Amino acid sequence: MNNSITSDANAPVPHHESEFRQKCRAAWMKTKAFFHGNPPAIIGGFLMTVILLGALFAPVLSTHNPDKRVARPHEAPSADHILGSTRNGRDVFSQVLQGARKTLSVALFAGIIATVIAVSVGVTSGYFGGKIDEWMNFATNVFLVFPQLPLLIVLAAFLGQVSSIVIAVLLGVTSWPWGARVIRSQTLAIRSKEFIISAEVMGESKVRIILVEILPNLISIVFGGFLGTVIYAMGAEAALGFLGLGDATEVSWGSMLYWAQVSSSLYTGAWWEMLVPAIALALTGGALALINMSIDQVSNPKLKTGPHLKLWKKLNKEANKRRGLV
Amino acid sequence: MDTLKSPEVVLSVKNMIKDFPIGQSNNKKNLMRAVNDVSFDLCKGEALAIVGESGSGKSTGARILTRIYDKTGGDITFKGQPLEEFVKEHGTLEYARQVQMIFQDPFGSLNPVHSIFHHIARPLLIHKRGNKETVEKLVYELLELVGLFPAVETAEKYPHELSGGQRQRVAIARALAVDPEVILADEPISMLDVSVRLGILNLMADLKDKHGISFMYITHDIATARYFAEKTAVMYVGHMVEWGSSDKVTQTPQHPYTQLLLSAVPEAGRSGRRELGAKKGEIPMWKPDTKGCPFSARCPRALDCCSESFPEVTQVADDHFIRCHNI
Repeated sequence: MNNSITSDANAPVPHHESEFRQKCRAAWMKTKAFFHGNPPAIIGGFLMTVILLGALFAPVLSTHNPDKRVARPHEAPSADHILGSTRNGRDVFSQVLQGARKTLSVALFAGIIATVIAVSVGVTSGYFGGKIDEWMNFATNVFLVFPQLPLLIVLAAFLGQVSSIVIAVLLGVTSWPWGARVIRSQTLAIRSKEFIISAEVMGESKVRIILVEILPNLISIVFGGFLGTVIYAMGAEAALGFLGLGDATEVSWGSMLYWAQVSSSLYTGAWWEMLVPAIALALTGGALALINMSIDQVSNPKLKTGPHLKLWKKLNKEANKRRGLV
Repeated sequence: MDTLKSPEVVLSVKNMIKDFPIGQSNNKKNLMRAVNDVSFDLCKGEALAIVGESGSGKSTGARILTRIYDKTGGDITFKGQPLEEFVKEHGTLEYARQVQMIFQDPFGSLNPVHSIFHHIARPLLIHKRGNKETVEKLVYELLELVGLFPAVETAEKYPHELSGGQRQRVAIARALAVDPEVILADEPISMLDVSVRLGILNLMADLKDKHGISFMYITHDIATARYFAEKTAVMYVGHMVEWGSSDKVTQTPQHPYTQLLLSAVPEAGRSGRRELGAKKGEIPMWKPDTKGCPFSARCPRALDCCSESFPEVTQVADDHFIRCHNI
C-alpha cells in the first residue's frame, strides 16, 4: 500500500526524497506562506526573534556582571557601558539582557498557566453544557469581575516581597477568565456542528471528541489568547515590580524600573536608567501584539491585508474612476 | 396497531412522543410536542421514506432513534427487544454500530481539520473492525464502494477539497464503515445539486438491495421518496397523516395534505401557474393539550369534528393507511 503512494507518477515530490525531508519541506512552505504578504508577521517575528536571542544568549552578550557594581553611579552611555550605568553602578545593558530572561519567562509561564485553565474551563463548559456549564460560567464571571491588578497588588503585598515564580502563578490563575469565555463560546458554536453529532452517533468517546475533534478547530483562537495573556502578564509583572511588590533583588524589567524610580533617575538627568527597560517592555509588547494580529489574519481571512487587499483597492479605485465616482 | 408490516422487522416504533421545553411562564413549564403518536416499522433491506415540510418532526424522530434525544413516550423496539434493554445488554457502542446516521449538510458533517482518511478510519478503529495494519486497506475499499476514485488520493484530501456530492459520499462511507443494519438518512440529498442527487440515491439503493441495509429516508421531496423507498409515510406537525406503500401513497393519495404535497411538485412539462387549492392557514404550534387534526386550519375539506379530535387510523386499501375524518 505504502509503496503505491510513493511510486505514483502524479505525486509532486520525487520518491527518493525521505519522509523527514518531505515534512521539513512542507513545514518550510507553510512558514513561507504565513509570512508572505503579512507585514505584521514579518516585523513582529523579526523583533521577537531579536529579543528572544538576546534573552537566550544574555550571559554571552552581557559586557559586565549585572549584579555587581562595575561603574560609577549614573554614568552616561559610553563605549564601555553601552547603555550607561544605574545609581548603584550596575551596567544597564547587561541588566536589560538579564532582566529579559526573568520578565519573559514569568510572562510565558503565566501565559501557559492561564491558557491551560482557560482551555480546560472553556471547552468543558462549552461541550458538556447544562449544570456543569452553569457552575463554570459562574466561576468565570466571578473571576472576570475581580479587578485584576488591584487584586494582584493586594495578594502580592499580603505575601510580602515574593519571588518571580509566585508572581507568575498569581498572574496565571487570575488572568484566564477572558480566554475561557471566548473559548467557551467558540466551543458552543462547534459543538452543534454535525461532525460532532456524527462522532457521538459513531460512539466516539467524549475525551476524544474534545481533544481530537474540537480542539484542533480552536488552535488559532487558543494561540491568540495565549499571546494576549503573555502581553498582559508582562505588563502586570512590570507593574508589580515597579511598585516594589516583586523581589527587588532579582533583576527584571520591573525591578529595573523600580530602582530607576527610587533613585529618581529622571530628575537627575539619567534618562537611560528609566527609558531602557521601558522601551524594552514596549518593544516586546508591540512585537507580540503584531504576531497576534498576523495570527488573526490567518484565522479570520476577512482581516487579511497585504498584496491581495492592495490589488483589490487598486482595481476598485480604477473601477470607480471609470464610473466617474471620484 | 397494524402499521407498515413486513416479514423481518428490524426497528419498530410505537406511539412515539417527544416534547421539547420552550421556556417557562407562570411557574409552569411550556412544552412543544415535536413528535406525536408516531408508529412505523423499518424492515430489513427496505427503505421507509418520511415526507413532510420543515418542522414536521422528521429529523427529531431520526435523532431519537440514534439516541441523540430521549423520547418522551412510546416504545422503540430494536430486533425484537425494547431499545433500553438492547442498549443495556449489548452496550451503547453496539447500538451505535448497528444504527448509523447520514446528515443533511455535507459541508458541516465532516471536520475541516481532518483528512478523509481520518473520518473513515475512526469508526473502523472505534468498533475494532480493523487494526493499525488493516485499516488502510479497509478505508480504500470503502471509498471505492461509494464510488470515490482514486481511493488513495481521495483519502489524503481534506473536506474543503471535495465537492458537495463527494463529501456526501464520504459521509455515506463513514456510516458504512461500521457495517450497520440501519441507516437513518436525514435529507441526504437536499443540499446537493440536482445533477448529483440521482447518483447518491442510486448508491443508497445499491446498498439497500445488495447489502440488506434498512434505510429511513427523510425528505421534503415526495418524488424521490417514490423513486427510492418501498414505503412512504407523510408527516405534518409531528403527526403521521398517511402511510403505506410508496406507489399507493403517491399515486392515489387520500389525505388532503398528501394531495397538497403532490400538487406542489413542479413538473418540467407543466406551464403557467397553478393554484395549490389549500387555505392559507397557520401551521399550528403543537402542545401536549392541543386538540384536533393539525391540518384542519389549512384543509379544504375540513369538517366541524376536525378541530375537536385527531382522527383514528383508517385502512383505505391493502397496505395504505390514513388518519382523516373526511375520506
